[in-house]
Amino acid sequence: MTAIPHEAMGRQLVAAARWRPAEWVFWLFAAATVLLFPDRYLILTEVAWLGLFALSLDLILGYAGIVSLGHAAFFGIGAYSAGLLAKHGLINEPVLALVVAGFAAAVVGFLTSFLVMRGSDLTRLMVTLAIALVLRELANRFSDITGGFDGLQGITVAPVLGLFEFDLFGKVGYIYCLSVLFLLFVLARRIVHSPFGLSLRAIRNNPLRAAAIGIPVNRRLIWIYTVAAFYAGVAGALFTQSSAIASLDVFAFDRSADLMLVLVIGGTGYLYGGLIGAAIFKLLQQEVSSLTPQYWQFWIGLVLVVIVLLGRQRIESAVTFVPRRIARLFGKEIAALPGGEAP
Amino acid sequence: MTALTILFDGVAYGMLLFVLASGLAVTLGLMNFVNLAHGAFAMAGGYACVILVNRLGLPFFAALPLAFVAAALIGAVLERLLYRHLYGRSHLDQVLFTIGLVFMSVTATDYLMGSQQVFVQIPDYLRSQIDVFGLGVGRYRLMIIVICGLLTVALQLILGRTRFGSRLRAAVDDPRAATGLGINVGQVFALTFAFGSGLAGLGGALGAEILGLDPYFPLKFMIYFLIVVSVGGTSTITGPFMASLLLGVADVAGKYYVPKLGAFVIYALMIVILIWRPNGLFGRTATR
Repeated sequence: MTAIPHEAMGRQLVAAARWRPAEWVFWLFAAATVLLFPDRYLILTEVAWLGLFALSLDLILGYAGIVSLGHAAFFGIGAYSAGLLAKHGLINEPVLALVVAGFAAAVVGFLTSFLVMRGSDLTRLMVTLAIALVLRELANRFSDITGGFDGLQGITVAPVLGLFEFDLFGKVGYIYCLSVLFLLFVLARRIVHSPFGLSLRAIRNNPLRAAAIGIPVNRRLIWIYTVAAFYAGVAGALFTQSSAIASLDVFAFDRSADLMLVLVIGGTGYLYGGLIGAAIFKLLQQEVSSLTPQYWQFWIGLVLVVIVLLGRQRIESAVTFVPRRIARLFGKEIAALPGGEAP
Repeated sequence: MTALTILFDGVAYGMLLFVLASGLAVTLGLMNFVNLAHGAFAMAGGYACVILVNRLGLPFFAALPLAFVAAALIGAVLERLLYRHLYGRSHLDQVLFTIGLVFMSVTATDYLMGSQQVFVQIPDYLRSQIDVFGLGVGRYRLMIIVICGLLTVALQLILGRTRFGSRLRAAVDDPRAATGLGINVGQVFALTFAFGSGLAGLGGALGAEILGLDPYFPLKFMIYFLIVVSVGGTSTITGPFMASLLLGVADVAGKYYVPKLGAFVIYALMIVILIWRPNGLFGRTATR
């Protein structure tokens, strides 16, 4: 690693941050789905917000190495914020409501990040899980505001930017979700290829060493945790706006666990993993749950167990040979750079 | 309900939590393996007890050891087949794997036993209360305190005084050196894991009456187990024990005095403790 001179390293990093042809293809295809699958808008919308949600987890798990059992906390905050804003007519315009919901989640993320940064992996697991549970309990307790178990009903979402009305088939909803996903993806891409993002990878690979070369470890982690909370909040808000409902299960543990599966299917640490994982997960869910709707969770569990037993690395390299090729086109090798140290 | 009764119920609850979580304290604390599926073994013990007592008509006290054996057997089999491959893996892998197991156990139990809550038919003489110095004491809870207290002492002695205990501690501290000394590390781990699962199963059987038993048990109590282990610290067995008592008393007292706040009391307590001592109440200052 030290053998590479600074400038060459810098050039390499800049080259890695460039948009690759395959990425263009990916997004062109994503845009083309609007025309290609006109009768599948509902599931495509779900893929879009789930992809954004998984992207958010990838930011902290794949790039910063924080294992979270309660990422649904921020999803839920976003979902309820958007729902309440729309229901009480505080902010009618969806895009603005989306930003506000995202910031609400970011504030909670920032405040709780101090707890999450304390202690070891174990305490982290417990704290993230507990935060989601506390929020769920709160939402249940203040049922006069949140509607409790029945969920928040009677949400009507105003036209996007005052121009595009949500239609019955979900076309506008899908285009809206996809656009938000794309914009936030571009932003995330900027973040992870920035010096800030590189320092995160250094922390993930070796926190002690990162601290020794002068990276303020905790501050960086708090920042990325807050940003990820913002992303999750926006994903939650998209969920509420596209489905016009927010219920207690937005905070559920299952949601956080499913999210991990989504990310693991797609692969961590190259941003596209969450999006690809979301598409595969939703397709699987649709297929399997039409066979056994009640016991769908069993198959989720089995997939998780099998993935881990076979080895995530081995699966990534063997079974998903083609996706890995694609991933390489998308610029994954920078993550595999020796150590991934910050310049 | 007086403060003393609350204390008594809280201690019973806490002791129960300790027996449930002590296996996890060992696997997670000593062996450094994140086993989120620990509650599934407790559930297995609970359901074993339900089947033995309600369907086969065994006496309650005969079913308890069998619940232990059933959960320990399941634990041993799973350890040999699956868990042992994951000891050296990252925490993320362990989390994903054990969450997968939890999901499978939840749905499998739902499929086999139905989703409704089940109860063990406990003998009538355990249902009444007895009077101790004017204090109404539930017999069932008293029995829990006695059994769990004995188990705690036994556990402490086994870990601290027996040859197996020293082998386990050696195997945990430095598996390679322990192997070099002729300790069969794999076997020690397997036995420990099975024993911990068995204790969880016994806890599940004892706790079915108080905690309620349904297929979602592993998910519902996951957070409690994690709190016990992380608040108690991972270096001793006394730490988790004190943490369980604290958690039990705080939970019962919280639900009695401030029912509106409900579960917040324990979460608030946990947050305060964590800010004060990030490595747990009784943890060493340096983490492993």
